[in-house]
Amino acid sequence: MPRLALITGGTRGIGAGIARSLKNAGYRVVVNYHSADAVAESFAAESGIPVFKWDVGDFAACRAGVDEVRSAHGPVDILINNAGTVSDSKFENMDEAQWHRVVRVNLDSVFHMSQQVYSGMMAQKWGRIVNIGSMNGQAGQLNQVNYVAAKAGMHGFTKALALEGAKHGITVNTIAPGYVDTYLMREMPERIMNKIIEKSPIHRLGTEDEIGHAVVFLVDEKSAWTTGSTITLNGGTHMY
Amino acid sequence: MARVAVVTGGTRGIGAAISIALQDEGYRVAAVYARDDAAAEAFHKKSGVAVYKWDVGDFQQCQNGVARIATEIGAVEILVNNAGITRDATLQRMAQEQWQDVLDTNLGSCFNMCRSVIESMRARKFGRIVNIGSINGQAGQYGQVNYAAAKSGIHGFTKALAQEGARAGITVNAVAPGYVDTDMVRAVPENVLEKIVASIPVGRLGRAGDIARTVKFLVADDADFITGSTISVNGGHHMY
Repeated sequence: MPRLALITGGTRGIGAGIARSLKNAGYRVVVNYHSADAVAESFAAESGIPVFKWDVGDFAACRAGVDEVRSAHGPVDILINNAGTVSDSKFENMDEAQWHRVVRVNLDSVFHMSQQVYSGMMAQKWGRIVNIGSMNGQAGQLNQVNYVAAKAGMHGFTKALALEGAKHGITVNTIAPGYVDTYLMREMPERIMNKIIEKSPIHRLGTEDEIGHAVVFLVDEKSAWTTGSTITLNGGTHMY
Repeated sequence: MARVAVVTGGTRGIGAAISIALQDEGYRVAAVYARDDAAAEAFHKKSGVAVYKWDVGDFQQCQNGVARIATEIGAVEILVNNAGITRDATLQRMAQEQWQDVLDTNLGSCFNMCRSVIESMRARKFGRIVNIGSINGQAGQYGQVNYAAAKSGIHGFTKALAQEGARAGITVNAVAPGYVDTDMVRAVPENVLEKIVASIPVGRLGRAGDIARTVKFLVADDADFITGSTISVNGGHHMY
């Protein structure tokens, strides 16, 4: 039976692209989402991929959610921590709730979710965890102290867990996308969008499928030697 | 009058050395601590540095504490976010509290403290913020998913806030110490410590003074073009 992949925030944007890519590559795929029921419903109808609703920022909800996935589909072999949120403001205007919500959904969620599946991966001596970071976590960004801190934290998480997982056949890696053409970007004023595109040496946004392609590479059986690594996909916008 | 510097976790270990180095340099220094009254008292007696007790993981306590320092000593122009704890465990044994305590104290504290000083720094058009990261945030560490995530989060936090502060005369930098001879490192089993020292190219543990002099360098008035930067001080242990 093909491996089972679980993608958080998987019903739209980059997460949906990853889900489709993994399905096309022959994996069994389930996705988690939190808020947009209508979007999730049409994603499930269109793709045939089962959707599960819970808040990845809530530890107990992750435990219950992953239990539900497991009893319906079996153990989770591949976890893609993709769910994320933003709550931008200048630092001097950022309130405590904005800080906590963004850190909880983007970073605490990685702990919450990874812990639910890690023991099972250890037991079967095989697992793949891919965390979706961000170019902004590498380069910093105005009005995003909360988001940048959370995304940068993911990179530390990845390296520490990569060390622990290494002898159990579990790889842990990060993908750091730049600006990708998703529903979120389409909400951006055209003027700003054009500036972003100008800055990119490749002169375009990334596509959801390009991120999916990198995930498919990392979760492959043959990628067992790649762990603790960050793959940057940003059209050359930020290199270091 | 001399600038006011606040050092969190400033009564012991690396923090104490930073407090004393800044005082020797002529700054007016306040050291914040959370728990160890006896150590704080002894430190105060020996050094003459003012000590303040509160939990930097708590937003309201930070707001109140910073306001008290502003009244009693003066507006904070230099902030060194040094407070940190470890709660090590491999992921499958890590309790949610271990995750949360480490994230709150090591990373949440940067938000809580910076948020409490930023408005007055912007108004004065001068500020120096130095966040103490860690080699383990850069390289990852076995049994420290929480600590590595929090510390590497600090590096993202630094880059984002550096962008925002740049036009307001506020620099934000990180110092990433390697293994320094402090209580935290002395708690490591001796055979493990021997191995660590053997793998440090310089052939010794760091001294708290090695870190303190780096902080002193970054907070100087004429260090105003250095921002968003990370200085590794680790004896060559990890380079990248």
